[in-house]
Amino acid sequence: MTNVRNGDQIVAESFLEVRAKLLEVAATLDRIDRACETAPLEDGARSKRELLIEATKILLSEEPSRAERLQQLFSRKYDTDWRQQLGITEA
Amino acid sequence: MDYIDPHIHMVSRTTDDYATLARMGCVAMSEPAFWAGYDRGSVDGFRDYFRQLTETEPARAAQYGIQHFTWLCINAKEAENVQLSRDVIAMIPEFLDKPNVLGIGEIGLNKNTKNEATIFLEHLDLAAEHGQSILIHTPHLEDKYQGTRMILDMLCDDKRLQRDRILVDHVEEHTIGEVLDRGFWGGMTLYPVTKCTPERAVDMIEQTGGERLLVNSAGDWGPSKPTAVPDLIFEMRRRGLSESLVRKVVYDNPLEFFSKSKQFNFTPRR
Repeated sequence: MTNVRNGDQIVAESFLEVRAKLLEVAATLDRIDRACETAPLEDGARSKRELLIEATKILLSEEPSRAERLQQLFSRKYDTDWRQQLGITEA
Repeated sequence: MDYIDPHIHMVSRTTDDYATLARMGCVAMSEPAFWAGYDRGSVDGFRDYFRQLTETEPARAAQYGIQHFTWLCINAKEAENVQLSRDVIAMIPEFLDKPNVLGIGEIGLNKNTKNEATIFLEHLDLAAEHGQSILIHTPHLEDKYQGTRMILDMLCDDKRLQRDRILVDHVEEHTIGEVLDRGFWGGMTLYPVTKCTPERAVDMIEQTGGERLLVNSAGDWGPSKPTAVPDLIFEMRRRGLSESLVRKVVYDNPLEFFSKSKQFNFTPRR
């Protein structure tokens, strides 16, 4: 680990930027909700919205590696049997 | 600071970009073969493209004091045409002795299909038979994790390959660990929306120490920023990281990786 800044510095430097990003997320969710007052989301869009809500829960958690866990949330799972499913033989 | 962009598609960029990159300290670059934005219809289309990569772009770069290197392949998006892919793979050896060719790339997966995996394996055969280094594209967004794991499975199965001659590109937080832990080089691509911001890339450098890590702009015909590597240099300096660490990831590491290619002949700026 080569981080040379302390936590106070990082909070001071990034507070406004993160505040702005969180506001964008909040405003986007509001925008979706307003649009849904006239027509509900279709299945695909509803799944994506649920994924975004799940993502916010990861942000709220106290465990480390939030970025990596978000990436995993947005990823298809690794299927160890992929060779068999695709008919690719092992070297 | 002099730097090297190890992944940039200059066939899609203007001559003004070469001038800007030179002014920002770019002294060398490598350009993997990639998808042109449309599927090419014949092997001769690829032959012309490889001439552009091995003749035209080095000359264009040299006008601005930049040394241009390249990697050859048919990309994963066009691998769905298996016969064309095989014809292109059979033609590639015509170009392997060109002075700026570093190896085979950017091969990999796109949607993780059977045809993509088949053609990826045939590219690995080509690289092994000709003793070439390899540059690998990993898929985008939700397909990246599964695709990266599939690629690592295939690479680790092949005992002919030297892991320290393989760069697995477009790593992010969920794939960087597997790539580095298994002995490969990792590349971080600075595409803010679909891949990685300079800030997140520097986070990963801080967490790993920058060993076997490269950083690139992957500037091409789509939304991308050819000067993204200087953005990363700026962010590292802003955080107070050492000049030696900055130099390691943007200059020393690409030199070390490229030096494993027999035709890498680089003249540092005096």
